[in-house]
Amino acid sequence: MGRLVTAIGRQRELSLVLVMVVLGGFVATQAPQFLSASNLKQVAVLAAIIAIAAVGEALVVITRNVDLSVESTIGLVAFVVANVLRIHALSAPAAVAFGIGLGLLLGIINGAIVTVLRVPAIVATLGTLSIYRGVDFLLAGGHQVTVGDLPDGYTDWATATVLGVPDFVWLAAIVVVVTGIGLHQTRFGRQVYAVGSNPDAAAVAGLRNRVVVFTVFALCGLLAGVAGVLWGIEFGSINATAANGVVLQVVAAVVVGGVAIFGGSGSVVGAALGAVFLGFISNALTLLNLSQFWLEAIYGAVILAAVAADAVIVRRIQASLAEQRAR
Amino acid sequence: MTIAGGAAVERPVAQAPRAELREVSKRFGATQALASVSFELLAGEVHALVGENGAGKSTLVKILAGLYPPDSGLVLLDGQPQQIHGAAQARDFGIAVVHQEPSLFPDLSIAENVFLGHQPVGRAGSIDWRGMRRAAQALFDELGVRLDVASPVRGLSMADQQLIEIARALSFDAKVLVLDEPTASLSTHEVDQLFVIARQARAKGVGVLFVNHRLEEVFELSDRVTVLRDGRHVITAPSIGLTPRDLIRHMVGRDVTMFPKVAATPGDVLLEVDGLSRAGEFEDVSFAVRAGEILGFAGLVGAGRTEVARVLFGVERPDRGVVRLGGRPVSFESPAAAIQGGIAYVPEDRHQEGLVLDFSVAENISLPIIARLFPRLFVGRRAEARVAGEFSAELNVRPAGVERIVSGLSGGNQQKVVIAKWLATKPQVLILDEPTRGIDVAAKAEVHRIIGTLAAEGLAIMLISSDLSEVLAMADRIIVMHEGRISAELSSAEATEEKVMVAATGQQAGGA
Repeated sequence: MGRLVTAIGRQRELSLVLVMVVLGGFVATQAPQFLSASNLKQVAVLAAIIAIAAVGEALVVITRNVDLSVESTIGLVAFVVANVLRIHALSAPAAVAFGIGLGLLLGIINGAIVTVLRVPAIVATLGTLSIYRGVDFLLAGGHQVTVGDLPDGYTDWATATVLGVPDFVWLAAIVVVVTGIGLHQTRFGRQVYAVGSNPDAAAVAGLRNRVVVFTVFALCGLLAGVAGVLWGIEFGSINATAANGVVLQVVAAVVVGGVAIFGGSGSVVGAALGAVFLGFISNALTLLNLSQFWLEAIYGAVILAAVAADAVIVRRIQASLAEQRAR
Repeated sequence: MTIAGGAAVERPVAQAPRAELREVSKRFGATQALASVSFELLAGEVHALVGENGAGKSTLVKILAGLYPPDSGLVLLDGQPQQIHGAAQARDFGIAVVHQEPSLFPDLSIAENVFLGHQPVGRAGSIDWRGMRRAAQALFDELGVRLDVASPVRGLSMADQQLIEIARALSFDAKVLVLDEPTASLSTHEVDQLFVIARQARAKGVGVLFVNHRLEEVFELSDRVTVLRDGRHVITAPSIGLTPRDLIRHMVGRDVTMFPKVAATPGDVLLEVDGLSRAGEFEDVSFAVRAGEILGFAGLVGAGRTEVARVLFGVERPDRGVVRLGGRPVSFESPAAAIQGGIAYVPEDRHQEGLVLDFSVAENISLPIIARLFPRLFVGRRAEARVAGEFSAELNVRPAGVERIVSGLSGGNQQKVVIAKWLATKPQVLILDEPTRGIDVAAKAEVHRIIGTLAAEGLAIMLISSDLSEVLAMADRIIVMHEGRISAELSSAEATEEKVMVAATGQQAGGA
């Protein structure tokens, strides 16, 4: 069933692109600056950061779990890296590695709470969402690291391009390709889909479900750590509220990208495209001078539409399969 | 008190049966669960309903309870044809069903559970808590049961929970009381208590339908007995004129289908189980299976056969006992370890535990051996397709093509994929739990052929099946379980349906 949904998800990926082209044409006529190179780069860089986090989230969602703590991980990593650089504790590359390692650690904590303490993921990560943010506040103590505190040239990476495409976009593309290959061509990827699709059958087949779930949480934390580092580079000035509310965008990207919220199917390409789609909508609404209220409401509406479409499609397929079998 | 088709029609309404099914049929996919069954439940009688697993008892109960609509036929209540939609409406009609597994709300009080859905209401529409507790207390007093009605249900024994279900049934003046295998988890004393209550209900004019496997209880309590077999009505008769042997004959008396059996000479003992126990599931189970031997496991649902299999396969841990595999004591911590050790388990529920329905045939077959097949990081689809193709061709999975998603296959072919998947692990011991349940006759014969061939190739096979004719035809020896214990071990030469049923229902073997 999930495969069929995935096949339709592929069409979803196509239709996302189509909708973006049509909407883009419309927005360009209303607000010509939309197609300017600087605006497109801006949209692409932000979408790339969300896409990297969404890829990690997609892994977790495929196993029938969810990680709500990603935005706190992004915020905490962004602040810690910036602060380490401010006090000259580490060189820039070491600080980046440190940030990614911190993300991995936070993901490992999530994974341990879910698989060892057996707390349902939604509760566990709701808890760590607050805890990680709390740690962030504790460390930042109301201060803010500004661009001036950072080493010279550190934030230049946000605007660097190769072949006219921002480095962040290349990086996101690499993450998507590597994770996509990992999901579809490796033993681990197969286990991720098996556990998400039918945990009981996976356990009887000798799979270690909890190891699989633990690993996807760790990977999700790692990718959130990467996103956190990029966030710090992109924004330069970081305080304790960095990336506040971003989890909505990340989960929305995953769902809009066709990853079944009940697990077992979906692709990281879809999740990344979902991130691009949402970034695009957000930018278009801003350029069209719509209020923040509309932005939030439209995000919500898009998520609902995507999940409702999933449910309808799955029910249709089930009905038609049942009919075929009865014949 | 004999039942003739037309008699009920002429009877004045006042004396009409409490509940009547008239030529009711119900079909699920390929299975005819009930075929034109007629049945009457009179006021003031205890009517026992017996039959083998799959005979149609629970379908009949569920139709009466309003959970299934009949495909054809009529349901009459007090002589009036009625359509019962759902449990709430059944209750409004005065039909109370006590299911085998109590379905209470553990965190609500006993009184709340009894009156759930029809709480006494005080002024202003609020619940009259004190009145509710008083009424619940009165009910339990009447039943002669001492329970604190204000305490929560959580933590109460199975027996107390059953009693609460019964009190709940009686709380709305039921005219029909259905007890669906209520004694399965009760001790002797608790059963006696239940019988007193059932007789009280009968004295008040309630029609009591008593579904049960324990024949001695059927004779002790019931006025009349109806036997179902393969969805058909066999006989309804006063229990006084019947013997347990008559009943068993009626329950099993169908022609035995012939299964292709390949002669095999059993080799060495591969799996030896000694004194295996797991609290609340099974006690002191000992047996041995040889290479090339099919050891049948017969018994009623809930006798503990699946539980034994799950322990052997490392899904659950035993409390006591020793398992030896090839003479070596083993203790499997997980299915992965059991697979490594050479045990394979085809689970009872194909969809729940057997298959990943979203996966292709190849992906399902490779799942248990994925680490063995691909010791390095990447999955080789060509190698996978080759292995899967080999096993699915051997088992004749149709339509061919290992890239097909298994949810699109028929039940029989899905089952063949499950077996193929376990054969690919190259096991020494193959445990088959209800391998032919819910698949059509042709596929069934094919699965039997496969089982026979595998035994001939030297696998030790444990065949758990509730289909008696299947066990009798396939197995070299038969272990019969009753309530968690082995009640008989029979060679294929001495085993008959009667002997197995006698042991499975906990009767003394002497008379059979």
